[in-house]
Amino acid sequence: MEKKMKKALPQPLTIDSMYEHRPRLWWLYTLIILLIVLIMGWSASSIEFKGLATKGIEVAKGVGWGLIHPDTDLLLGKIGEDTTIEVIDLALFELHISTEGVPYLLFQTVAIAILGTLIGGILAIPFSFLASDKIMPKWIAFIFRSVILLIRTIPSFVWALVWIRVTGPNAFCGVVTQAVCSIGMISKMYITAIEDLDTRILESLDAAGCSAFQKIRYGILPQIIPNFISTVIYRFDINLKDATTLGIVGAGGIGAPLIQCINSSRWSMVGSYLCGMILLMLIIEFFSTRIRNRLAQGSR
Amino acid sequence: MRKRNTLPEYNIPLYDRIFPPTKITLPNGHTVLKPRSRQPLIWAILVIVIFLSIKLTGFDLGIIFARGNQLTKILGRIFNPDIFHFNFSTLPPFFDNPIQWFGAFFDVIGQTYKASYAPKAIEPLLDTIKMSIVGSALGATLALPFAVVASTNINRNGISVAILRFLLNIIRTLPTLVIAKFCALIFGLGTFAGTVAITVFTFGVISKMMYESIETIDMGAYEAMQALGANKFQSFWTGCIKQIAPTYFSYCLYSLEMNIRAAAILGFVGAGGLGLIIDERIGWRSYEDLGTILLMLFIVVLIIENTSQYLRKKLS
Repeated sequence: MEKKMKKALPQPLTIDSMYEHRPRLWWLYTLIILLIVLIMGWSASSIEFKGLATKGIEVAKGVGWGLIHPDTDLLLGKIGEDTTIEVIDLALFELHISTEGVPYLLFQTVAIAILGTLIGGILAIPFSFLASDKIMPKWIAFIFRSVILLIRTIPSFVWALVWIRVTGPNAFCGVVTQAVCSIGMISKMYITAIEDLDTRILESLDAAGCSAFQKIRYGILPQIIPNFISTVIYRFDINLKDATTLGIVGAGGIGAPLIQCINSSRWSMVGSYLCGMILLMLIIEFFSTRIRNRLAQGSR
Repeated sequence: MRKRNTLPEYNIPLYDRIFPPTKITLPNGHTVLKPRSRQPLIWAILVIVIFLSIKLTGFDLGIIFARGNQLTKILGRIFNPDIFHFNFSTLPPFFDNPIQWFGAFFDVIGQTYKASYAPKAIEPLLDTIKMSIVGSALGATLALPFAVVASTNINRNGISVAILRFLLNIIRTLPTLVIAKFCALIFGLGTFAGTVAITVFTFGVISKMMYESIETIDMGAYEAMQALGANKFQSFWTGCIKQIAPTYFSYCLYSLEMNIRAAAILGFVGAGGLGLIIDERIGWRSYEDLGTILLMLFIVVLIIENTSQYLRKKLS
């Protein structure tokens, strides 16, 4: 044994000898680089640059110009003479708001994301409990995992186009689409939270003579709830970004007017929609990271 | 001696000033302040937000119950892809001649494949994969230098870091489809526009994740190199690159996983790939074809996700 050790190690253990006997993996690196080059060569074969489109430079200039000169009336949602006005009955008072203005569209987008994420988060709870190996028998867990996988397979746009047949092209379609689409990722993250549960706490609660309800209230919920809320907030960020584009297929929100304006090259309007969107995203991201950090630290 | 339980006035949060904390007297005579729970406030805000959202989106569960059968009908057709529409009635009886039976059996499968939508979907599918591979690689390569410059422990100039991070944030907030729409208008319809869109998107995501992880590395080696007289690039190259390489490659693989899914819908705005034929099939209401396309996409996503998850486990 000792002889082998002596043979394997360079005799005097100096820095120089260790440096000389450093592991040499050049053949592995060459292989990996070769593989990457091959894959890239194969992939780049069908992507060819055909030059700019006939109106390409004009479009690029227009977008830049629009971002610097946004249509302020639209951005602030001013009610002009020819704007369509929606009256929203809020029980206490009625809200008169221009449906073309950026504020209304942004609020609608946020509303879609909030409702979609909340419903998705609630629907994911039974799914995740049924799909976790720890609680359910293996075959039931497998069935529910496959269902979650099937839901995740269908892209959000396809879900939206299918739901449109049920709800018609409006914001409600966006809500149900996001609710269904969120189930996949949220329940995947719920499952990891459930499987990381510290079960020793339950045993000590048992020893203290707690009832089943008390065990759930004081042993399980405090562990799970911060995790779940953090997951939902994380998904809300993603959903908000998705909600801005779901409008392209007619599911409400800011997407549809934005694409229409791009198609008809009204750049100052495009600029105001983009400015509103960027501002909203930055604000929401700032707050969501702060809330999630506080949840992770445990101080509420 | 100052009492422990009375905080200076300006330190008390607004909520505690409105709803003063309850005082609990312990058996040994000390008093402890228990702040009121924030839960009622959180619930109140949540209820108001949900109420407003319902009003703004026209949420109505009744519609789903009334017209839900539409959904099940379409989903039933999607989950019955035409690649599985085998016609086994022409098969000879099995026990007469098993070898001939197997020949005929594979013949039927081949014919079903040829008659289905699958052969037409292969080229867009390959385009989607190629777009996301090239886009991820380009975006990840571009992101590395920007991430290094945007991390506070290497770039000590606070103003340049702030400006760069702001720009990176703006790039990240733009939805992929909007970028793809602009690219399709600028570079013409096709895969190139999609590749550029994915590059921009990957660039935004990876540069953010990278500067966050560069800030957590051990700076000892870097500082030692600086003390020896190396310039910033040399010390970064020898001191830091080995520390961030595994995280960097695992982020690259992760973004490749995401990009395959994202690239599949870029065709909706004319940026090449599967989206175009998905949109077309839904427009024609041929949901069995759609099922075939989604099945093929699903298999590709599954293969790439599993490979990359395996590689990522090896890296960490």
